Amino acid sequence: MITKRIIPCLDVKDGRVVKGVNFKGLADVSSPVALAEYYSNCGADELVFYDITASAEGRTIFTDILRETASKVFIPLTVGGGINTVEDFDRVLKCGADKVSVNSGAIRNPDLVREAAQRYGDQCVVLSADIKRVDGEFRVFAKGGREDTGMEAISWIKRCVANGAGEVVVNSIDTDGVKKGFDIEMLKAVCEAVGVPVIASGGAGSAEDFITLFKEIPDIDAGLAASIFHFGEVEIADLKKLMRDNDINVRL
Amino acid sequence: MIAIADYGVGNLFSLRSSFEFIGADVAVTGSADELRDADKIVLPGVGAFRDAAALLKESGLGEVICAEAEKGKPLLGICLGMQLLFDKSFEYGEYEGLGLIPGNVKPIADDLPVPLKIPQIGWNALTFPGEKSPLFKYINEGDCVYFVHSYYATDCAKSTIATTEYGIPITAAVAEDNVFGCQFHPEKSGTVGLNILKAFCEI
Repeated sequence: MITKRIIPCLDVKDGRVVKGVNFKGLADVSSPVALAEYYSNCGADELVFYDITASAEGRTIFTDILRETASKVFIPLTVGGGINTVEDFDRVLKCGADKVSVNSGAIRNPDLVREAAQRYGDQCVVLSADIKRVDGEFRVFAKGGREDTGMEAISWIKRCVANGAGEVVVNSIDTDGVKKGFDIEMLKAVCEAVGVPVIASGGAGSAEDFITLFKEIPDIDAGLAASIFHFGEVEIADLKKLMRDNDINVRL
Repeated sequence: MIAIADYGVGNLFSLRSSFEFIGADVAVTGSADELRDADKIVLPGVGAFRDAAALLKESGLGEVICAEAEKGKPLLGICLGMQLLFDKSFEYGEYEGLGLIPGNVKPIADDLPVPLKIPQIGWNALTFPGEKSPLFKYINEGDCVYFVHSYYATDCAKSTIATTEYGIPITAAVAEDNVFGCQFHPEKSGTVGLNILKAFCEI
C-alpha cells in the first residue's frame, strides 16, 4: 500500500532559508538548494518551498533557486507563497515545481483553484488552509493566519476540493508552534469530509507526535513540519525507522 | 542521444534535468527528424488522455514514434506517456492510443473493492510478477517510486513487468520488446528513479 509521507517545509526569503537552521555537516545552512539535497538524502518524501519574499527582485531569485533545486533533487517539490493567479502557477511550474499550493490567493479569488486545476490537472493544485477554532467552529484564516475570514473551514475545504484541489494541507493555528502534537480533532474532521489526500501541519514537537498522528488517523496521508527538522530535533531517517517499528507503512 | 518528445503537454524541466543528472545526452524536441535521429525516445505526458492523444496525432509525432519503435528503437513512456502506448483509454469516453502494447486504460476507482483516495498520490512499492526486467537491473523488488494517477492499464498481464498494491494490483510498468512504460514518475522517485532511467539509457 501507499506509504505515509514526511514533508519538510522551507521558508525562503531573498534566496535564503528563513528561521535558523542547525545541522552538522552542512556548510551553508541557509542555502535552500543544499538543504533540499540534504533532506532528500535523509529520506524526505517531498519538499515544500514557501516563498515569503515581497519584492519582485526576490521573486526572481526564488525562481532561480527553484530551478537549481529541481535540477539536483529528484523528489516531488511543492511551491507556495504569493500564488494569486494562474500566471503564478505557470511561473513556478516552468522552474521545476510539481505542485502549487494556494492559500490567501484562493480566498481572494475562489475561481483560482478551478482555473488552475482545469489547466494543470487536479494533482497539481494543493489547497493550504490555516484554521483556528473561533466560537466553537473551525474558521479559515487569511494572510498567514492573521485575519479571520469568517468562513467555516470544512465547507471551504469541500468547496475547493469540488473545484479541483487535489490535496489539502491543514495547518492548525491552535497547535502551530506549541510543539505538543498535531491537531488530531481538526485533522479527523477534514479527513472525514474529503476524498483527496490530507497533509497534517502545525504542532509536531517530536517523532512520537507523528506516530500518534498516523495511528489516530489512518486516513491521513502525510505529516509536514519545519523547525523541528531544521533544528535537528527530529531526524527524518530516525523518524521513518520509528514509523516502521510502529507498523506504519513508510518508504525507507 | 535521448530525445524527450515535446508535443505540447506538460512541463519537461524535471525529466530533462534527471537525464542530465545521470550524465545522459538528452534533448527535448518536437522535431520529427530529431526523434528519428535519436538513439532512444522518451514519451512523457500529464493531463487528459484525450488531449494528449489528439496532440500526438496533430503534431505527427505519434506516427513517427510508432514507426521508430517498430524499427526497434527503445521507447519509454512515462505516466500518461505510458498509458498512450496502449490500444485504448476509457478516460471520459473512449479514445485510441498508439497501440504499441496490447491493453486498455481504465479508472482505478471502477475496480476497487473498497473506495480509496483517487488519485493515488505518493510513494508505493514495486512487485515484479516475473523475471526482472532489464529496466530494473539497478533496483530491487520492494523499492518505492512516486505515483500520481487516477487511471491504470488493464488487460496487459503479458507485458506487465511491475505492479504496485493500491487496493488491487495496479500495473506499474510494462515492456514489450523495445517498448517500455512506467506509470510512476522515475524523474521524481529519488535514487531508485534515477537508476531506472540509467538502466533505460543502457538498453
